[in-house]
Amino acid sequence: MIRRIGLALFLALLAILPLCSSFYITLGSYIGLYSMVALGLVLLTGVAGLTSFGQAAFMGVAAYTTAILTIQFGWSPWLTLLIALVLTMAIASILGAITLRMGGHYLPLATIAWGISLYFLFGTVPALGGSTGISDIGALQLFGMELRDERVFYYLIWGVCLSALWVTINLLDSREGRAIRALKGGTSMVEAFGASGHRLKNIVFVYSAVLACLAGWLYAHMQRFVNPSPFGLNQGIEFLFMITIGGPFSVWGAIAGATVITLLKTVLQGILPKLIHQTGNFEIIVFGVMIVAVLQWMRGGIWSLVERLLPPKPNQPINDSSDLSMRDQPLRGTVLLRVDGVTKAYGGLVAVKKMSFELSAGEIVGLIGPNGAGKSTMFNLISGEVPRTAGSIYLGSENISGLRPSQIARRGLSRTFQHVRLIPGMTTIENVMIGAYLRTHDGIFTAGLRLNQTREARVRAEAAKQLRRVGLEDSMFLPAGSLSLGKQRIVEIARALCGDPLLLLLDEPAAGLRHLEKKELANLLAELRGQGLSVLIVEHDMDFLMNLVDRIVVMEFGEKLAEGLPREIRSNPAVLEAYLGGV
Amino acid sequence: MDSQTILILAQDGLTNGAIYVLLSVALILVFGVTRVVLIPQGEFVSYGALTLASMQLGAMPGTVWLLLIMAGIAAIMETYRLLSSGAGRELPRVLAMTLVPPVAIAALVKICIPMHLALGWQVLLAILIVTPLGPLVYRVAFRPLADASVLVLLIAAVATHFVLVGLGLLFFGAEGVRTPPFSDAQLTFGTLTVSGQSLWVYATSFVFISFLAWFFSRTLYGKALRAVAFNRNGARLVGISPHLAGTVTFAFAAAIGCLSGVLIGPITTLYYDSGFLIGLKGFVGAIVGGMASYPLAAAGAFMVGFLESFSSFWLSGYKDVIVFTIIIPILLWRSLSSIHYEEEE
Amino acid sequence: MTERLLTVRDLNVRYGKVEAVYRASLDVDRGTIVSVIGPNGAGKSTLLNALMGVLASRGTVEFCGSDMARLTVERRVSQGLCLVPETRELFAQMSVEDNLELGAFTRYRRGDKGIRQSLSEVFALFPRLEQRRTQFAGSLSGGERQMLALGRALMSQPTLLMLDEPSLGLAPLIVKEILHAISDLRSTGVSILLIEQNARAALQISDYGYVLENGEIALEGPSSDLANNPRIIESYLGIGGGEEAS
Repeated sequence: MIRRIGLALFLALLAILPLCSSFYITLGSYIGLYSMVALGLVLLTGVAGLTSFGQAAFMGVAAYTTAILTIQFGWSPWLTLLIALVLTMAIASILGAITLRMGGHYLPLATIAWGISLYFLFGTVPALGGSTGISDIGALQLFGMELRDERVFYYLIWGVCLSALWVTINLLDSREGRAIRALKGGTSMVEAFGASGHRLKNIVFVYSAVLACLAGWLYAHMQRFVNPSPFGLNQGIEFLFMITIGGPFSVWGAIAGATVITLLKTVLQGILPKLIHQTGNFEIIVFGVMIVAVLQWMRGGIWSLVERLLPPKPNQPINDSSDLSMRDQPLRGTVLLRVDGVTKAYGGLVAVKKMSFELSAGEIVGLIGPNGAGKSTMFNLISGEVPRTAGSIYLGSENISGLRPSQIARRGLSRTFQHVRLIPGMTTIENVMIGAYLRTHDGIFTAGLRLNQTREARVRAEAAKQLRRVGLEDSMFLPAGSLSLGKQRIVEIARALCGDPLLLLLDEPAAGLRHLEKKELANLLAELRGQGLSVLIVEHDMDFLMNLVDRIVVMEFGEKLAEGLPREIRSNPAVLEAYLGGV
Repeated sequence: MDSQTILILAQDGLTNGAIYVLLSVALILVFGVTRVVLIPQGEFVSYGALTLASMQLGAMPGTVWLLLIMAGIAAIMETYRLLSSGAGRELPRVLAMTLVPPVAIAALVKICIPMHLALGWQVLLAILIVTPLGPLVYRVAFRPLADASVLVLLIAAVATHFVLVGLGLLFFGAEGVRTPPFSDAQLTFGTLTVSGQSLWVYATSFVFISFLAWFFSRTLYGKALRAVAFNRNGARLVGISPHLAGTVTFAFAAAIGCLSGVLIGPITTLYYDSGFLIGLKGFVGAIVGGMASYPLAAAGAFMVGFLESFSSFWLSGYKDVIVFTIIIPILLWRSLSSIHYEEEE
Repeated sequence: MTERLLTVRDLNVRYGKVEAVYRASLDVDRGTIVSVIGPNGAGKSTLLNALMGVLASRGTVEFCGSDMARLTVERRVSQGLCLVPETRELFAQMSVEDNLELGAFTRYRRGDKGIRQSLSEVFALFPRLEQRRTQFAGSLSGGERQMLALGRALMSQPTLLMLDEPSLGLAPLIVKEILHAISDLRSTGVSILLIEQNARAALQISDYGYVLENGEIALEGPSSDLANNPRIIESYLGIGGGEEAS
């Protein structure tokens, strides 16, 4: 309720602002434009863990594109908007494709460089007007009406800005959005559920560039004049400051930051030079100090303070049945996983040597061995995270060796992680919904426009079903980070089940669990087997496995030491030797 | 273009390249040890030249005030940290270490300025003023963020750059300066004329790089810094404090920046904000080296120097456009040639 | 009476909401080897990391009679505490000799002149390291890495050496060699706090043992007693209880 009232107040304030003087209308328009750009940066920086200093340059590309094409060629601004969008997306895709595969600091460095070179280009090329810029840009025409009145333009800007906000919120609450929110913890988790981390990062970068492009295009037609300075690196840096101050983790932080920085800049530019008796941009000193202080003391920015005062968001309703299509499970007893002579060498070090074993549908197999025996490497070879040196791995009849984790996930393999990889700030059910990434296909367009709601409801129902299946329906709407380790492990299993797997791969599910939690986990897994699920468990804890699994494969020094029923393994002299160590 | 022009341009490229080498080495060092992408490196360059120019005019350089202010802030932060962690006993020693050197340097400068010392001494004084700014910047802006991600440190670095540029304008004004050359000599080799200042640049750059090479491969402190860059956790376990390492590295960065400033001060006019672009050209070199390899970075830095001098001949207006656009193919090359690894934060 | 070197009382370590180590208390006397055994995930490594100051903890940690609780890792190193973690944390791109020299970093800062001497002592203890002195640490085999990690730790002349799973992932012969070296260290006056998954070996070379389960000390006693304790035999020295019963 308070959230609704707050939103209504905000909209009312926006609506009545044009009753004020022209000065405030202009200021309001600028805040709207900057909010749009900052919104993209929130998605890029706060949500996805990337960043860019080149957002002002993207604005510049759009502004100059429309300036040149409308004046020199007399094209309609609506056509130039389309061209600017295409151009921006092309540039962003190229920059992203080049830098996003490398470490996180390459994208910002590349955007610094490209921001500077573009700025100099605008200022140097005679056709772009040099440092004096281009004036007399035509006004926008909408329904035959010229948008010359600043009030009308103000409403246009805020209309676009609020639409962008709505689309961004929808996007974050969708299939792709959940995967994007998971990116900060590294890409291997989303890859395990079939998403491509590289593609998602590219999408986010292009999306943020598009928002900057829209703002630049509006800017050019609002000012009816462009010159290089608003598109320089300093402006690009200021956008980053906006979200740092406002709050990089929430879309509302973008608006808060754009407002605070814009107002503060106006005030400081009035006061400081008089105070110092010197002209210059002294506000940058204040901004810089503020940013360092915010980073040291209040990383969530202003919005994190507001968020604390607000009540939690209401839970979304959950349908009864999920109706998502399911895979045909293989017949019990047919060979589901076949590892055939697989070797993994790191340089001269052989971590896994000629491993071979099989798993049949409907059974639980334990892969055990002392620490450092190569179990985890074997696990990663099956899940595709580590490429094999030799040998083959078959899932059903298909050779999956050499495929990427996302491709293997598509073929019916779901996994959990030894070091739990949930998104702590997301609710449990949202976390579990990530598991169903491959079961629906909404892209960012249908998600942004909220055309995905029937599929979303199905996925939510499916996630709820899996949470009930593992006995965690009570924790559904709690943040995943607030659960105990034992429960988090089980949430990971629910997330894996949400992918409708043929085979479930568990990486040391019992590590760190208390005695009772282990018992519950074992009961759960036995129950799932009863429902026909096939499971491969990599585990160190023998006691946990002995009464649970159908068969055990023992590894030592990267090789298979023994294989058989738990009873046989328990009395195998070689295994006893490996576990007890001969001193 | 005749061979005479080529030689002159090559000489320019070599001179600028030698400066960029120094800067790119400092950037890689700082990034390795502290994970800070040192955007404000260029401000130390401006500060170096502007400090020297102030002293030439017989004025107290603004950087001295900056030094005292920063030392004061650092002292407050140290007091807060020590008192809140219950280590108040160490307060006198830590405060003395934080405050005494800057005050002593300020006093020394105050005494020396009216004496109109020879250029060499003034250069030394400038280095003495600017070098401690590095550790102070580290202490105030970055040390409290030691556990933060590269991204957060980068944003802090950009913010620091803003503050230092703004302060540069405040203390030195918008006027550009040109400092006197170390040598007015013009040496002629056949048809080629080499300025004495260029030779100074080559020699200083060479000596400094050799010193760094010796320091990092032969002394235990140098090895300790490399150890921190390779394995932060391992370094802590053998008792190397990451904060000490950060302090030393930032001192190197500030000293290198200042030295670069006084070296190119006689060659180009420097303003309070000129250092930024110069520093970024060092970055282009550092990126060629993947922010990790010193020899590759040096090669990259010379490439930037040559590219700059030759493009200023053909397309003078587009000099910076070309230098900064070259980073795109460089990154493409790196992304295709290097092994990718996930950065898990 | 023996001299008490390390006293830990009611140590708590939390990871977020999870209490990884809960009210752990233990003692180490000068010149002894103390082992901590327990299942994977019981909090053994967490305990050592907390004692070293790598992880934040609450509780009393007294070393050589002075309170360590607020000291940084580096300070603890210069006070004579040294940890060889499970991951070794060597400087892979530096030579064996550089790694060893860096082990003596705090001594070098104090102006200690005996570093060369210590280097030859380490080489005498692990002759294989001397053969590889100019090689990069990253190019060593698993056993050699463990030797280097131990050697680097010894270079700091620790009073108390904490070893986290020194036999991890090593072939039986090498394990034997390493464990021998560890038990020999006792005679040079170094005390050792040892964590081992290889419980039998750990109890064989140690004087006193603690059993850590789910973050709590479940059992303690002289190692020989623990080795004969039926509960320990069932949980850690045999696989399940099955074959002993039948």
